[in-house]
Amino acid sequence: MQRSKNDIWVGLFVLLGAVAVLFLALKSANLLTLNFRSDYEVTAKFDNIGGLKPGAAVKSAGVVVGRVKNIAFDGESFQAKVTLALQSQNQFPADSSLKILTSGLLGEQYLDITPGADEKNLVAGDKIGSTQSAVILENLISQFLYSKAAEPAPGAEGKKP
Amino acid sequence: MNVIHMLAALGAATRQALADWGFGARLFFKLLKMSGAALRRFGLVRDQVHFLGNYSLAIITVSGLFVGFVLGLQGYYTLQRYGSAEALGLLVALSLVRELGPVVAALLYAGRAGASLTAEIGLMRAGEQLTALEMMAVDPIQRILAPRFMGGVIALPLLTAVFSAVGILGGYVVGVLLIGVDAGSFWSQMQGGVDVFKDVGNGIIKSIVFGVAVTFIALLQGYVAKPTPEGVASATTRSVVVSSLSVLGLDFILTAMMFSI
Repeated sequence: MQRSKNDIWVGLFVLLGAVAVLFLALKSANLLTLNFRSDYEVTAKFDNIGGLKPGAAVKSAGVVVGRVKNIAFDGESFQAKVTLALQSQNQFPADSSLKILTSGLLGEQYLDITPGADEKNLVAGDKIGSTQSAVILENLISQFLYSKAAEPAPGAEGKKP
Repeated sequence: MNVIHMLAALGAATRQALADWGFGARLFFKLLKMSGAALRRFGLVRDQVHFLGNYSLAIITVSGLFVGFVLGLQGYYTLQRYGSAEALGLLVALSLVRELGPVVAALLYAGRAGASLTAEIGLMRAGEQLTALEMMAVDPIQRILAPRFMGGVIALPLLTAVFSAVGILGGYVVGVLLIGVDAGSFWSQMQGGVDVFKDVGNGIIKSIVFGVAVTFIALLQGYVAKPTPEGVASATTRSVVVSSLSVLGLDFILTAMMFSI
């Protein structure tokens, strides 16, 4: 009697542990989106990827349609070669373009894919030609300073009200 | 003459330390070798899982819940300064799954289950029950220590998973239900940032390593305890201190190996 009672409690304990592991894997991590959908890979080259990381989201109209799979440096063109895995139920025209955007002020960087107008769709192995680099804050500031310096100083050509 | 004495004392201490380490290592490999045999007599292991696991469930669940509550409150306080309170779910889940779950669960387990293991084995040693088993040609390591070892190694990862899951629910209760962070972004930020293998999987590996370390240290301290009431008392203290410290040390080594690359 004691034996079978212990069995029930240990069984319950193990079941609880298994449920907890499943909860961690399914609800808090991304196991479902990871494995049960097929996707196709396309590549794109960027002059500068900023802080983009493998695993970052690829979004279109704000909806996640894929993930960044790999980032490598291309020694011939001196550009960053980014491999994207797009979900196969989402098809995009072959002349779609990519932008690196940031979610929020301090958020993660993600890729935004803007659909083009081509009749043909992207297929696995395609290259996306039109890309826009990440916005680097330092470049932005120096551009702003240069353009400020190029402007005629206020008051140089006479007084204005 | 005095120098010679000091030299001899140093030599004796070194030899003793090496002998202790060697004894521990031999016991460890013996336990590993016997774990298969222990699993075959599953009744013994099951009773230990019941004793070490089920009875620790209450303290693990309650602690996990409150750690989750506190993470929710403190995380929100910091994140809302930067206007990214919706990342609360990610913060709670990552800190629990990667660090706090395995470490805090192992520390609680060392205090709750490890201490009682040491006291049990130490009292068996003091009451000469282990010697009696040997006299009956029953190997006490196989009959007494190996099932407890396997039971602990099975129980702690399950307790850790329960701790992390309950902690995330606690963070949800405070963050979403009490403070009012958006539930959708709470879960979606978490799912976007937590990786099944890199975060959850490595947390489970950590908890298995901690289960091996804490259970083994508890058994070893009980097995080598002096067969007196004071000996058992100091062995129990040492078991908790040594296993807590080694959990923290091992955690640093494992984290450096897993996440630094």
